[in-house]
Amino acid sequence: MKIRPYGDTLNDGATQVSFTLPIELSAKAIQAAKELAKKMGLINPSVVHSEKIGKNFSFFIIYGALNANVDIDKIKVTEIKKTSKSQKEIEEMIKTNFERELIFVGASTGTDAHTVGIDAIMNMKGFDGHYGLERYQGIKAYNLGSQVNNEDFIKIARDKKADVLLVSQTVTQKDVHLKNLVELVELLESENLRDKVILIAGGARINHELAKELGYDAGFGPGNYAEDVALFAIEELIKRKEG
Amino acid sequence: MNKLNLDNKLITSCRKYAKSIAKDVQDYINKHSTVSVERTVLRLLGIEGVDKFDVPLVNRLVDDVKENGDLSLGVSIYIASALKANNKNLTEYLDYYLSNNVSLTDNKLVNKNEVDKILRLYYKKSLTKIKKNRDLRTKLINKYGERKTELYVIVATGNIDEDVLQAQEAARAGADIVAVIRSTGQSLLDYVPYGKTTEGFGGTYATQENFKIMRLALDEVGNELNRYIKLVNYASGLCMPEIAAMGALERLDVLLNDSMYGIIFRDINMKRTFIDQYFSRMLNAYSGIIINTGEDNYLTTSDAVLEAHTVTASQFINEGFALEAKLKPELMGLGHAFEINPNIENSFLLEIAQAQLSRELFPKAPLKYMPPTKHINGNIFRAYQQNAMFNIVTNLTEQKIHLLGMMTEAIHTPFISDRYLAIKNAEMIQKSMKSLTDEITYKKDGFIQKRANEVLENAHMLLKQIDKDGMFKTLANGVFAETKRAEDAGKGLDGVFKKSNDYINVVSDRLEAYFNEN
Repeated sequence: MKIRPYGDTLNDGATQVSFTLPIELSAKAIQAAKELAKKMGLINPSVVHSEKIGKNFSFFIIYGALNANVDIDKIKVTEIKKTSKSQKEIEEMIKTNFERELIFVGASTGTDAHTVGIDAIMNMKGFDGHYGLERYQGIKAYNLGSQVNNEDFIKIARDKKADVLLVSQTVTQKDVHLKNLVELVELLESENLRDKVILIAGGARINHELAKELGYDAGFGPGNYAEDVALFAIEELIKRKEG
Repeated sequence: MNKLNLDNKLITSCRKYAKSIAKDVQDYINKHSTVSVERTVLRLLGIEGVDKFDVPLVNRLVDDVKENGDLSLGVSIYIASALKANNKNLTEYLDYYLSNNVSLTDNKLVNKNEVDKILRLYYKKSLTKIKKNRDLRTKLINKYGERKTELYVIVATGNIDEDVLQAQEAARAGADIVAVIRSTGQSLLDYVPYGKTTEGFGGTYATQENFKIMRLALDEVGNELNRYIKLVNYASGLCMPEIAAMGALERLDVLLNDSMYGIIFRDINMKRTFIDQYFSRMLNAYSGIIINTGEDNYLTTSDAVLEAHTVTASQFINEGFALEAKLKPELMGLGHAFEINPNIENSFLLEIAQAQLSRELFPKAPLKYMPPTKHINGNIFRAYQQNAMFNIVTNLTEQKIHLLGMMTEAIHTPFISDRYLAIKNAEMIQKSMKSLTDEITYKKDGFIQKRANEVLENAHMLLKQIDKDGMFKTLANGVFAETKRAEDAGKGLDGVFKKSNDYINVVSDRLEAYFNEN
């Protein structure tokens, strides 16, 4: 089935775009914005709002109908199935399948100073009513905090005999997070550790597809909680155990 | 201002405990110094620049004394002795030092009471410059006036030239205060990078040259707009006092300077941080720079409802430390934040209670109020609404330093349009609700009053406990942001040393004399 964005009629293609142009607001600037919208594939774009936002900057909000469509039947992604298991059930799974505590080591790595993401997954209190991994029986969780460089992260992972590594990247500038995530995989490989751990990335700009592409076992973007991460890791560990 | 019907005796008691907590740590601080404190002394003697390996001269000199001499005497006496023994002025000596293989410790030490006489002319030059900066700031603020609630935005491009452009546009859009976010990781460097920089991650390096460039740019746009635009940077980290000195020399107006932030969030050793924050805040006090404390950060880690009292307790402690460093309440930008999950019923009322509580507890302080970040989820439209709610509470509770929330929080460092829209959001609320706060009283024993009083009582209990346990043990127990820090762990401990009985710090001696006179 081919689809387009939906406004109020099926396949009307209704799309909103906003951006800034580095020129002063003028009739010419508005026309420039409109032509850019056309180049994006918007039919009949209409600049519904334009505003001077600086000496040499103007801001535009544009609506138009998107010409392009996608055939959803041809799209292939591996979707991580949303957790149907509760903390209790996950704890039970660990108890049944493992005779020891599972070690999770997590950090916000590289230059990233934000711990919001890793805290939401690991800290006792968790996030939005979902308790973090520290509270799980059968899991020993080490949250290393922020700005942990990849070398230190690997060293600690080795010392703690980690089963699962969680890497968080919250704020990014000029895609520095990608470079950092790739570097970690390379370092793990060079230390012969990559296959010995479940490697999971998380963060505002991370999704499963991207993480797989970068060499991770999974990626979790916004809207995921500790149980989603825990379930994936534990199912994967069971799979590997059973080989 | 009394809308919350707070118990004054309880407030007085909180202050008493906070004073005792700070005093206890201060006794430790007074007996110690750090490499960063010593480097600051050198900076204020006028030493700047790097050697041919890009090592800052101040680092090289202090490390020299640490390796080859007795740093417990302080670096002052070594510099004074070197100048006297070689019969050179400071510039001449530094040239000689750099081009010959000599140590700062090669010289016969002068008599203790000669040190100040030899160095006075150098530090006086810096202190005079700082005083002139302070006077100019006062003059300009008096000339242009300032908003009751000032709009604060950040720029963080990594490139100082791009920052300048963004900062000037932000000022034209209506920002009163501009912060240049530091390159991430800088707080953990045990030196301050040198010169103009155009590359950084998540921010721009704090260097004296970058400070100067941004100050000039904000003065220029301020002149165009007939407003004084304040400049902010970050002191917290391993170079707290050095950055305070550089900020003073280049007329920064606000510095992030928390007595505990580095310990909790950057794993910097607690002794190092306490000693550094003291000298750093003395410099802030002398230079008229407003400090911003970091209590808001606790709530990004801990639950904002359950742990609200830790913010309040920490504000009292930060005030206690600030008073030890002779900072006036007018310079204490104590921090707090709008971080309660907006899906909680009456979360807006809880936020009002907390913000009003901070306002009433610290009536003279230019409180720094932080926008929601933890419960911003990438939905920019929802975020814009949350920021509007935050802006309403800011105005309703008369905060002074209003950090604007960005709709793209947690997505990227702000685009120019994000910042512009945030400013317009805040301005609309500021204007449309200008006198709303004057019309509002809170119901006696109603939800808001009860909540505020409950938080205060819990803060009081916590302060009492901290006073009993002492600050070091409290941090080890993970009371703040649920983060445990051991007394002898963390970064920068090797830069801490005990002062000898003959220790001299010509700058702090001079500042203490100044504070006693004024």
